[in-house]
Amino acid sequence: MRLLNHIKNWLDERFGWAELTAPLRHKSVPLHRQSYWYFLGGITLFLFMIQVGTGILLLLYYRPSANEAFESVQYIMTQVQFGWLIRSIHSWSANLMILTAFAHMFSVLFLKAYRKPRELTWVTGMLLLFLLLGFGFSGYLLPWNALAFFATKVGTDITGQLPLVGKKMMIFLRGGEEVTGATLTRFFGFHVAVLPGITTLLLALHVAFIQKFGISVPPKVEAQWKEHPEQARHMKFLPNFLLRELMAWYLALGTLGALAALAPWGLGTKADPFASAPAGIRPEWYFMFMFQTLKLIPARLGFIDGELVGVLFFGAAAAVWLLLPFLDRGKGGLRQHWVSGLGVLALGYMTAMTIYGYLAK
Amino acid sequence: MATWRSNGLAVAAFFLLCGLPAWGQTPIPSNTCVDCHSALDAPLQVTQDQYAQDIHAQKGLACSACHGGDPTKADPDAMSKSAGFRGKVERKQIPALCGKCHSDGAYMRQYNPSLRTDQLAQYQTSIHGKRLAKGDTNVAVCTDCHGVHGIRAIKDTRSSVHPTNVAQTCARCHADAAHMKPYSIPTNQFAEYSASVHHEALAVRGDLSAPTCTTCHGNHGAAPPGVANVQNVCANCHVFQAQLFEGSPHKAAFAAAGLPGCVSCHRNHRVTRPSDQMLGTGVSAVCTNCHASGDAGYAVAGKLAESIGKLHVAADRSEEILDRAESSGMEVSQARSDQEQARDALTKARVSIHSLNADRVQQDIDVGMKTSQKTYAAGEQALKDRDYRRYGLGISVATILLVVIALGLFIRQIEGK
Repeated sequence: MRLLNHIKNWLDERFGWAELTAPLRHKSVPLHRQSYWYFLGGITLFLFMIQVGTGILLLLYYRPSANEAFESVQYIMTQVQFGWLIRSIHSWSANLMILTAFAHMFSVLFLKAYRKPRELTWVTGMLLLFLLLGFGFSGYLLPWNALAFFATKVGTDITGQLPLVGKKMMIFLRGGEEVTGATLTRFFGFHVAVLPGITTLLLALHVAFIQKFGISVPPKVEAQWKEHPEQARHMKFLPNFLLRELMAWYLALGTLGALAALAPWGLGTKADPFASAPAGIRPEWYFMFMFQTLKLIPARLGFIDGELVGVLFFGAAAAVWLLLPFLDRGKGGLRQHWVSGLGVLALGYMTAMTIYGYLAK
Repeated sequence: MATWRSNGLAVAAFFLLCGLPAWGQTPIPSNTCVDCHSALDAPLQVTQDQYAQDIHAQKGLACSACHGGDPTKADPDAMSKSAGFRGKVERKQIPALCGKCHSDGAYMRQYNPSLRTDQLAQYQTSIHGKRLAKGDTNVAVCTDCHGVHGIRAIKDTRSSVHPTNVAQTCARCHADAAHMKPYSIPTNQFAEYSASVHHEALAVRGDLSAPTCTTCHGNHGAAPPGVANVQNVCANCHVFQAQLFEGSPHKAAFAAAGLPGCVSCHRNHRVTRPSDQMLGTGVSAVCTNCHASGDAGYAVAGKLAESIGKLHVAADRSEEILDRAESSGMEVSQARSDQEQARDALTKARVSIHSLNADRVQQDIDVGMKTSQKTYAAGEQALKDRDYRRYGLGISVATILLVVIALGLFIRQIEGK
């Protein structure tokens, strides 16, 4: 303890440590019936850190080329000490991270935490969610197995449906007309350099905004506290909330370990570009609702290509979601609830379509 | 708008007119023979549909090419002697009539340069051709297999001589006991073939390279292969087995006993999927048809069956443990790939059996056994790793829970102050 104090004093003397950490020490978390939702962002951050750590370890053995990618992942899974654990945790953590990110986004939406002055916190958060989907899409191809190969083919084909820029975007993503080794190298670059760079920047902004504006209180609770200031309760961020967050992180770690040991992430069979597509090609679960919707849209809707309508619809929906705080100007009456209604509708639609996608042959 | 519509109509009319005769086919001119014969009853009936589907008609050959006459004229001028009308072609004249064009290389080249022109010569060497030459008109002539009017190209799946239809076409006569009575030959070939692995490959799996009647007997030169030639016929597809048989002690022994090669063990028309039970000294073993307890061949048969059986059991055992490891989520794809080599060795050993050389078979068995042992060890290791992981998981979860409880207690302590 004395040593710790000594280090603290040393740092304080040189960098003004106490001053630097003052905001954290003064930071507080509102305490009410919905406070547990506040943990989701932290859990997502923890899973992201797990991704960075396990990703760096995987980089030691992974080889991003069509001839070696599958074999290198196979080597990691079978020959490298604890390679199976690192790879399985990386895959499971990726999926859990997207799940918690979606849950975090919906909790923010339903608790109306995106309202003034936190519009940009929402925008950076949404951009981070899109980036996580980008991580998922690019990472899925990296083991170069048959299912991922054909799913990437379908996924990039959908991009090609976009008007004007679609074809060019598809060629940019694929590194050519077809999904080849060039696509793998490209996706590897996006996955380990481009996306992490942008994500780190946006994450720093997102956290800085949270620090700047503090943690939002739901409108009902806010109104109640305004009326009865004596009812307002807060918890210190350091150490009370952080310790609780730590408990959640430990539980997430235990869940990841259990999943990796009891249900190790499979590898499948090596991709063969000349083989016919295997049965049951499907994207990762978080793209399933879009995939299933595009499957259900008729080939032609009047004079427009059906798939194009679907792609444009999802593009427009993403844009609306990104700019939601600027569209929600309702105060009182029905207008106040339209965002929540839209949220319920979106959540219901995504859940239903995902289940339908897995049940449909 | 009006201009667009009229242009569209003109384009449609153009394509409609161009599309009337099928691509690559000569337009079929109107034919007074068919005009009348389509209204007649069998056997004089030739329908418009039959005529339209006929490969000869499609190539521009009218009825007169075989029957003489003039299809551009109306009856009775069309069927007059002055128009060269010959009427019905006698059965014994049919091969020669077909051969008039089909044996003429220069003539056939204009329609299909790759088509063989030795059908008539082949036919004359066949049992059918020889009997016809002796005056037996009961035997098959060209039209019995290919049809008379409405002859289709062989590649047409509706043709009676398309590979998938050949067996039924032969069976029309060869499965007809009354028809075959004068020749004293069996009529169960089609029934036997229908139960064979060859028929399954051709008819069920649609493998057009699988054998049908004509593959072994020849088509135009159809004849039984003969005892001494059976092995050569099978060798066209089963190359390695035939080579090994050629160097085996069975070759001379079969020849001395007047036994046909392959079919002595595998049967002729009813060639069933070979099994390991065919080998050895068990009740289903074919070896005991000739060998009895005490002779050298009996001992070799037993030894070969034992070796094959051992590898079979070892391969099954390895696959079972790999299945278990895989269903536990373990990565065993490399061992799976190696296990395929063990299966290949088993297949190779089954082929080597035809050499009747126990040492040679043992070489293949050894490769398979070694691989199976390696893959079994990989499966065992995978299951050990699985248990190790679960053990590690138990310790980790317990540790994590302890830390969570400790954190909970710590929070309570600091908040209780």
